[in-house]
Amino acid sequence: MIETHAVSKRYGDTLVVDNVSLSIPRGGFTSIIGPNGAGKSTLLSMISRLTPMSSGSVMVDGMDVTRTPGNVLARRLSILRQDNQTSLRLTVRDLVAFGRFPHSGGRLTAEDHRHVDEAMEYLRLDDYRDRPIDELSGGQRQRAYVAMVMCQDTEYVLLDEPLNNIDMRFAVDMMQLLRRAADEKGKTVVVVLHDINFASCYSDHIIAMRHGKPAYQGTPEEIIRTEVLRDLYQMNIGVHDVDGQRICVYFRMG
Amino acid sequence: MGVKQSRDPAALRLAILVALALLCAVGYMTLNVKSDWAFILEYRGSRLAAMLLAACAIGISTVLFQTITHSRLLTPALMGFDVLYVLVQTLGMLLLGGELAQWSPSLRFAVQVVIMVTLALVLFRVLFSGSVRSLHLMILLGMLAGMLFRELSELGGRVLDPSEFGISQGVAQASFSRMNTELLAVAVVVLVVACLLLMRWRRSLDVLALGRDIAINLGVAYERVVLGVMAVVAILVSVATVLVGPTLFFGLLIANLAYWFTGSQRHRWTLPASVMAGVICLVGGQLLLEHVFASTLPLALVIELAGGLLFIALLMRGVRQ
Repeated sequence: MIETHAVSKRYGDTLVVDNVSLSIPRGGFTSIIGPNGAGKSTLLSMISRLTPMSSGSVMVDGMDVTRTPGNVLARRLSILRQDNQTSLRLTVRDLVAFGRFPHSGGRLTAEDHRHVDEAMEYLRLDDYRDRPIDELSGGQRQRAYVAMVMCQDTEYVLLDEPLNNIDMRFAVDMMQLLRRAADEKGKTVVVVLHDINFASCYSDHIIAMRHGKPAYQGTPEEIIRTEVLRDLYQMNIGVHDVDGQRICVYFRMG
Repeated sequence: MGVKQSRDPAALRLAILVALALLCAVGYMTLNVKSDWAFILEYRGSRLAAMLLAACAIGISTVLFQTITHSRLLTPALMGFDVLYVLVQTLGMLLLGGELAQWSPSLRFAVQVVIMVTLALVLFRVLFSGSVRSLHLMILLGMLAGMLFRELSELGGRVLDPSEFGISQGVAQASFSRMNTELLAVAVVVLVVACLLLMRWRRSLDVLALGRDIAINLGVAYERVVLGVMAVVAILVSVATVLVGPTLFFGLLIANLAYWFTGSQRHRWTLPASVMAGVICLVGGQLLLEHVFASTLPLALVIELAGGLLFIALLMRGVRQ
């Protein structure tokens, strides 16, 4: 279980995350949605100790993230941010293999190689294994980074806007895959999403943030509703049932 | 049932570099010995040792610095670190005067290494804490700092009395053609200590190169390791500066030669390759200049010219991307 206790983040006079206490249960797929500047990414990066908190604390399975040794936490929780630009010339397989670093400290065992191969297969990267990552398209590169995180084989997998800059097909692919990781491997997947329709169709649990605080939490049925979304985004969003999925329509205002 | 790993081609390439470097060293020691062997061996031996040490110190410090700054353009020399060493020495002379001149050169060096490490860590904290984001701004700042340090130490030099001035100029004017060989033994010790320190973090280096967020995700104690590596860089820069004086583009040249020639990003290959590239440039260059071209052109000039051209090429490529 991930628990935040009164977590805040302040940049100068601006309070980006405001006294947030919430818990994300083990297992399942949790999405964090909300308008720009709501503090979603900042909250995620504080949970994963990438950004220091101004106050408060975060516990992952009872371990305080700021006090637990980095490599212990790295075997329990992984985080992938958006824009993973690198000038390094690494092959896809080399990049993915870095995911085993917390387990074997850079010297791969047979067990590690098995994990690497499995992650590559899982993300359908087999055809690109020896290609340098800087030669891949955006979607392929994103998949390579997700494979690295998968191969890290952690209970908690946190992703900050994994659908950024990738096309519809790759986006659906990515969401299917994360859903499968939750269903088949029992991972706890936590994702910051901009596209509320993806959040609606794939999540077990949605945390909706506004002004640095979680404004609503619940199942997609509870959150993906016109009243809630109007309050959240300050616009009228129609919610329609299409083939059993709750779909939001907001592209052209009447 | 271990998975069979294909042999890294970088290993062979490194072996070629080592062979070339050895060839240069042997050539340097044996070519054109006309008179007294014993004298020549001693004279050339100490110069060869100084060049080896300088190649080690500059090659390793540059690759490390580029890893922690995620840049192939920034080097300790470009940020003015080695000129800072000279400035510290001049200021020390200025403030403590004759007292400092009484100290043995080794003690002076040791104290200076400590000061350098402290200053480097402070500077690094200030510059790379995220307040300055633009690479080009960083280069400009470094060049400005370098110029400032140089002018200040020259100014300081004017105020010094002649004997103290002599000591501080020993470092300021050391170069590849006027190497300071009296501190060889101390330099070796300090260099070995720095490399032993580095061994603690050797496995984390490749991960650091992936960037802060990914390194932390993979469990590297990022802030601590980066500061530790920076301390090693400061020690190595001190060693290099006391031996061959401040350089400008030499580190940039050999680090990039190492990346290019090994075709790898792994520190187990790039670190030794940068040292070998340094040895080949220094020793091989000296050999060519002295024996083949019979030229009196200073080696430093040729190397800095090549490094400078590379710097411009890298900058242009960066601008285009």
